This record gives sequence, structure tokens and C-alpha cells, in this order.
Amino acid sequence: MPETSVILNAHAIQRALTRVAHEIAERNEASAEVVLVGIPLVGDALAFRLGKILSEIWKLPVPVGVLDVSMHRDDLDQRAAPTIHPTVMPFDVTGRTVVMVDDVLFTGRTTRAAMDALNDFGRPKKIQLAVLVDRGHRELPVRADFVGKNVPTAITEKVRVRLDIPGHADEVVLEK
Amino acid sequence: MSWNKKHLLDIESLTADEIVTVLDTARAFKAVSERAIKKVPALRGRTVVNLFIEPSTRTRISFELAAQRLTADIVNFSADASSFKKGETLKDTARNLEALNADFIVIRHSASGAPHFLSRVVNASIINAGDGAHEHPTQALLDAFTIREHKGKIAGLNVTILGDILYSRVARSNIWALTKLGAKVTLCGPSTLVPKTFEQMGCRVMHDVDEALRDADIIHLLRIQHERQRKTMFPSIGEYTSLFGLNKARLAKTKPDALIMHPGPVNRGVEIDSEIADCGRSLILEQVTNGLAARMAVLFLLNGGKGPQEVV
Repeated sequence: MPETSVILNAHAIQRALTRVAHEIAERNEASAEVVLVGIPLVGDALAFRLGKILSEIWKLPVPVGVLDVSMHRDDLDQRAAPTIHPTVMPFDVTGRTVVMVDDVLFTGRTTRAAMDALNDFGRPKKIQLAVLVDRGHRELPVRADFVGKNVPTAITEKVRVRLDIPGHADEVVLEK
Repeated sequence: MSWNKKHLLDIESLTADEIVTVLDTARAFKAVSERAIKKVPALRGRTVVNLFIEPSTRTRISFELAAQRLTADIVNFSADASSFKKGETLKDTARNLEALNADFIVIRHSASGAPHFLSRVVNASIINAGDGAHEHPTQALLDAFTIREHKGKIAGLNVTILGDILYSRVARSNIWALTKLGAKVTLCGPSTLVPKTFEQMGCRVMHDVDEALRDADIIHLLRIQHERQRKTMFPSIGEYTSLFGLNKARLAKTKPDALIMHPGPVNRGVEIDSEIADCGRSLILEQVTNGLAARMAVLFLLNGGKGPQEVV
């Protein structure tokens, strides 16, 4: 068993999301233009949670989509075929402010793939990035607009975000 | 989720888990074809060769479009325009294609086992697009995908395959796929074309069409493969149609939610009445749409890398 430590517990996750939602609301005055797009496996669940908090802040439903980025990755030939999840984009992104939601920002390669994937659906007015954890070690010039928690890590460590696992409290753990 | 194959040679050697992996992946690729921009860069820079030594329109075009939607380059190579006529062997042809750095060779050949042979002599990934009367794996995958999409599951369903089973690679691949996924498969047709030996593959064999269709959830029709029959297997087409063709009266005796499938090309008025082929219970055109998604999934999965690795 790898040595693990809890970075965020369920309560802290919820608090971080609430703060991120308020920051999104503060940054985007044109609330009707904002849509959230979650990146599976975990980003989609986070996007739905953020969407719920945001719609309470704005008193307005906030559309949430799910964007699978695996077909746009640059490392497809370096690993076993990844699991592909269905993409669900129930809105036109053209002219909207798209807030991409991911669990962990690490190398930035997923974010790059997500921006490419998003382009296939139209031309957003703006793209912003919200992540629950920023663990550093970028390999591309990518940064997040909204961060739940900055966690300094060693490159060999792993950050796991566990949400909605039956019989298990939500948590973010660091594996050494 | 499991997949570590380099070639798709047949369904027989796949596990149920691997088949389900293809079906799940195909679901995501079907959505790609419904977008305004029907293209993803997953196979950018890869080269696919369609090596069709036996004529085909639908399968070849389906693979061609699948490769293009994945941003691969594709070259078509057909028997009549090729050096086969000049006496080149299959092995030499394939090695020449490989010398051009083909990453995938999609082969259709009249000889059973031709794709297996190729997989031993070249380094490219080989995809069987139909070898003799042996297998047609992507057809079975798209059929299973279509069934699952409509019925929500495959395990426990009754699937009746009706027609020329003996000469049908579609039937063999479907029998493997469906039985591995837990369906109950019944085969029906003239006894010359549906011998009892198929029971060894875990199917029921029947020669009374009404009986075979009674509990069917899926009615899978097959064309009579005139080109593969060396002798006459039944007295006349007219007799086949009257004894085994799917018509309104026969359909009325089936379960009301039984769905009709056919891999094409359809011989209207022979194995199926023209109006039934176009009715609301027919999935024939959906099979074509799903074929594209299934072939994209296969190309994508075969392209996958050298072993499991963490997604970061």
C-alpha cells in the first residue's frame, strides 16, 4: 500500500467549490453567457456541483456539459487505449464563456487537449479553467483561472480525487 | 475496460470483456459523427491501407470514412486494379504496403485465414474485414452495438439468425460475439445451409421458420451467398423465399418488439419483403451508421500504446 495523506476532506472540498463558484461569479458579470464543461472522470462530477452552487448564486440555471478529451490527447500512442466517455454538450458554445472544470491540474496536457476538443463544437467567446487541485509540474504554458487548493507535490507522487464513491466519504489524497 | 490487442483477426479469440470495451468505445465515436465537425485527431499521422481482394462497397467505404474521421491517411487497394492480376503474392503485396509505412492493413480476402497469415508476415496492425466464410468481426461488433443500443443489453436475448449460415462469415462472427455476451442464438434455414454441426458453437439449429422466430427479440437475416456456393443447396430462389423469406404474415407471428437486422446487401423480395425492409422495426440503415462508429473504435483501440499507463 502506498503511503497516503488526506489533502481535502469532504467538508473542505465543498468549501473550496463554494469559493471557486463565487470567484467565477465575480469574474463573469454576464452570467447568462457562462456554461460549465466538465472533463471526465472526475471533472464532470465537479462541474455539476459547481453548476448547482452557481445557479443558486445567480438565481439562474447554469448549463453543464461533459467533454471527453481522450481523442485529442498528444500521448495516445504512449499508453494503452484510454477509456472514452461519451461527450454531452447540450448547448452551443459559440459566443459563450466556457469554464472548463477538471479535478487536478498537473502537466497541462489534458487542458490543451480539452481546448482542442472544445474547438470542434464552436468558437467560445472565452475559455476559463477551474480546477480543484493545482499540483504544479506544468509541461505546457497553461494556468488555471480558479483553483480550489494549491498543493506542492513531488513529480512521483499521485493526487487522487475520490467523489461519489458509494460507502466512502469524498476526499482528495496524496499518494507518496 | 480491457484491450491490449494489436490485430483484430476474429471474434473467436476475443473475451466478452474485450467485446464490451469495443462497444463502449464505439458509443463515444458515434457521437463524433453527429457533430458539426465530424473529425478527431486521434490517428493523426497514421496510414491505413484498405486491401480488398474481394469486392465490397459498404465495408470499404465504412473503413475509409472511419479512418478519415480519425484523421488517418487512407489508401484503397482493390484486386482488379492491382498487381494480383500480374501474379504478385499476398505476402509480397502486404510487404510492399508495409515498405510504404502502413500502420494498419484492413484486409478482405476470399480465403479464410488470410488476415491471420498476414499478421505473421508484416508488422502493421491487421484488421479482418471478412475472410472467406470464416469471420467478419467488425460486422459482429456493429451488430452487437446496435442490439445493445436498442434493447439495453445483450445477455438473455433471443437472437435468431435466418438464412445462409453455412457460407456466412457474418453468421460465424455474430454467433461468437452474441454467445460470449450471453444471448441465446437460434439458427434457421434450409438444412443444407444450416447443418446441425453448428450446435457445437452453442446455438439451437431449427428448420421451421415460424418456430425459430417465435421467441426472437432480434431477427437477423442473411443473404444467400451465391458466389460461395459451389453447388445448388436448395431447389430454387422462389422456394427459398416461400419457405424462409421474412414476409408480413411471418412477422405478424413474432414478438411485437422483435427487431429486424440485415448486414446488407439486401436482396429485396428474396430473404425479406421490400416493405418490411423499410418498416419501423428494421434496423438495417442504423447498422450502417453504427458500422462507422464500431470501425472507428476498432482503429482507435488497435492504435493504443504499449501497455497500461496512468492518465495524467
